[in-house]
Amino acid sequence: MLDFIYKIISPQTVAWLIVAFPLAGATINGMRSLVASRFGKETSHSLTSFIGCGFPILSFVFTLVTFLLLIGFPAGQEPTMITGPLFQWVLDKTLVVDIGLKFDQLSLVMGLIVTGVGSLIHLYSMGYMGHDEGYTRYFSYLNLFLFFMLLLVLADNLVLLFVGWEGVGLCSYLLIGFWFEDPEKAAAGKKAFVVNRIGDAGFLLGIFLIYTTLAANNLPISEHGFKFFNFEVIQHYRAYLLPYATPICLLLFLGACGKSAQIPLYVWLPDAMAGPTPVSALIHAATMVTAGIYMIARLNFLYVLSPTAMTVVAWVGALTAIFAATIAVTQNDIKKVLAYSTISQLGYMFLGLGVGAFSASIFHLMTHAFFKALLFLGAGSVIHAMSGDNDIRNYGGLKEKMPITCWTFVMGAAAIAGIAPLSGFFSKDEILWHTFHSGHTGLWLIGFIGAGLTAFYMFRLVGLTFFGEPQMSSTKWMKVHESPPSMSSVLLILGFLSVVGGWIGIPEAFGGGNHLHHWLEGVFGKVVVHEEMEVSHAPEIILGVVSVLWALHFAILASVIYAQRKEWPEKIAGRFHFVYELLLNKYWIDELYDFVIVRPLLFISRNILWGVVDEKWIDKYAVMGTGQMVLFWNRCVTRLQTGIVQQYLFFFVIGVILMVWRYAF
Amino acid sequence: MITLHHYLVLAVILFCIGVFGVIVRRNMLVIFMSIELMLSSVNLVFLSFSRFLGSTDGQIWVFMVLTVAAAEAAVGLGIIVALFRNKPTLYVDEVKELKG
Repeated sequence: MLDFIYKIISPQTVAWLIVAFPLAGATINGMRSLVASRFGKETSHSLTSFIGCGFPILSFVFTLVTFLLLIGFPAGQEPTMITGPLFQWVLDKTLVVDIGLKFDQLSLVMGLIVTGVGSLIHLYSMGYMGHDEGYTRYFSYLNLFLFFMLLLVLADNLVLLFVGWEGVGLCSYLLIGFWFEDPEKAAAGKKAFVVNRIGDAGFLLGIFLIYTTLAANNLPISEHGFKFFNFEVIQHYRAYLLPYATPICLLLFLGACGKSAQIPLYVWLPDAMAGPTPVSALIHAATMVTAGIYMIARLNFLYVLSPTAMTVVAWVGALTAIFAATIAVTQNDIKKVLAYSTISQLGYMFLGLGVGAFSASIFHLMTHAFFKALLFLGAGSVIHAMSGDNDIRNYGGLKEKMPITCWTFVMGAAAIAGIAPLSGFFSKDEILWHTFHSGHTGLWLIGFIGAGLTAFYMFRLVGLTFFGEPQMSSTKWMKVHESPPSMSSVLLILGFLSVVGGWIGIPEAFGGGNHLHHWLEGVFGKVVVHEEMEVSHAPEIILGVVSVLWALHFAILASVIYAQRKEWPEKIAGRFHFVYELLLNKYWIDELYDFVIVRPLLFISRNILWGVVDEKWIDKYAVMGTGQMVLFWNRCVTRLQTGIVQQYLFFFVIGVILMVWRYAF
Repeated sequence: MITLHHYLVLAVILFCIGVFGVIVRRNMLVIFMSIELMLSSVNLVFLSFSRFLGSTDGQIWVFMVLTVAAAEAAVGLGIIVALFRNKPTLYVDEVKELKG
């Protein structure tokens, strides 16, 4: 009996539980929410919290155990585990999709981030959403998101990855529009969904192109069979994809642009801040928006085939990084600043991917998940204390009232600004160093300026929010309070992680072991560029020191200006009025899209597709025409139905006579 | 000499009178009587063949038909009475609830 149980409980056979736990939580809480609203009852908050937080934590524990198991593999053996086909989806004889989970160095890092940060944000939500009517519904959506995100990062083939990809998009839509009674928030959800569809169309086309290219080549039937979507199969036969590598990579990158909010599809992310703040932290900062980076990192073997696509990725990333950073400097909504900062940081990650520094990008993804989640949750704590006010011009001096939030927030800001030795410094600097080292000086310069701007806008936020004089009425000032322990403890944990999270990837130049980089080598291979680096660490150290000083001086400048010399920025804004307006209005990109795309589309839809095609053709002729035709024939036939029995009999007799006539003669 | 043909022609004439009566007369009772006339004409055909062929099969069938006709008369009259209770008229063209 025990043997039997041991046989069943092996890591491969229970690993699917990692994904299943959040789904169970989502289902149970979803049912409870539905039943409660059907019968007009209240759900028990404590049970919801128990289910909603318990399952993600269980999932985290399982991921951690898997991680520890794989890390314990003997040297020389790849720390990789594939659960095998959990089920098989056979489309026809020439296309088989095995649905399985893949645990390797990359997906484990992602899985730990998703479940770890996810669990923390679930805990935080208990305090933040405590007074909300849709508490159970909220946890149900959040768990569902976790389920799809885990499916995305643990998938061992493109189809399952796409299922997760669409699923997180759905959850993002549901959670942005969580307070759907407000039409503005519902519209923000819709915008996110529609913009993501544009990217997803490209992503889907990329997948199809991979399939058609591979299927057209009559691959030898090996043990892989026809599993064209499996990552290992694609990697194994990637040489066949060489002629189409550039279009494939660019189409996939379009999908990544949509999900990870890059130019030109970034417009949905700032609007997505309409959702509850923990959602912004989890979905729109720490995890979901990094799906594009994960996807490209996962398919790194394809991207290295196409230098063109790599260049495009790098440039789009760098331009997005500086573009969003300039907008963030002038925004007045605390969440909008953080949203643009997220877009900017995602740009850095794409820059890293584009120059071939995959592991540096994943490193930045990880540290970013920590400090951006921290910053959003800190912002949530501030908004909670300010009873829903998002405008940083109304804050000020909150340091005294909420010390934990303040100091953790400052930690997060310092981390994102890239001040050593906090986590953001190591990851961002690694990306910049690889950019510089691989000879992309132009890209490096953009990134470097962007890093200064990052420090500036983050410490502008810090200065306006926590330092200086309070800008609110005294009654409001009296009400400001530190958040409950369920929230502040999460802030402390994330603050700790933001500080030390980068220490697992300290490059050799600074005397570290660069563990993360070595850990990920199994996925990304040893990049040749690194060989020369061993020779001299001097340039890397110099660049690192320069960027710390660069960031530090902007950070100090911004916090001093915005905490004590508020009239300066106003003067500068007055002097450079046009530039200020340009940035404040986000380069009028939303208006431009509205004018170029949305309005013509609406015009065509309303006046041609709806007014002519639908109303005139389909409704008038096809739908109503069918009815009219039936009515016409009906009118003809009913004339015969007089109701007078004798007429019927008359026809009957005539019929009999005709039949007799037919058979008799 | 009266042959089988005379009987058959008489039967056909009676049958046609019956059909004509069913189709053109408005009074329900007359229609009913016309139906009986059609049945009688068929009986006449049976009888004449029976006599002509020297077999009694036809006569047996006539008894059969008479029995059925009696039952039919009872049912038919019942229907007419029931109809009359609902709609006090004997004219079929005033009963046209089936009009489309």
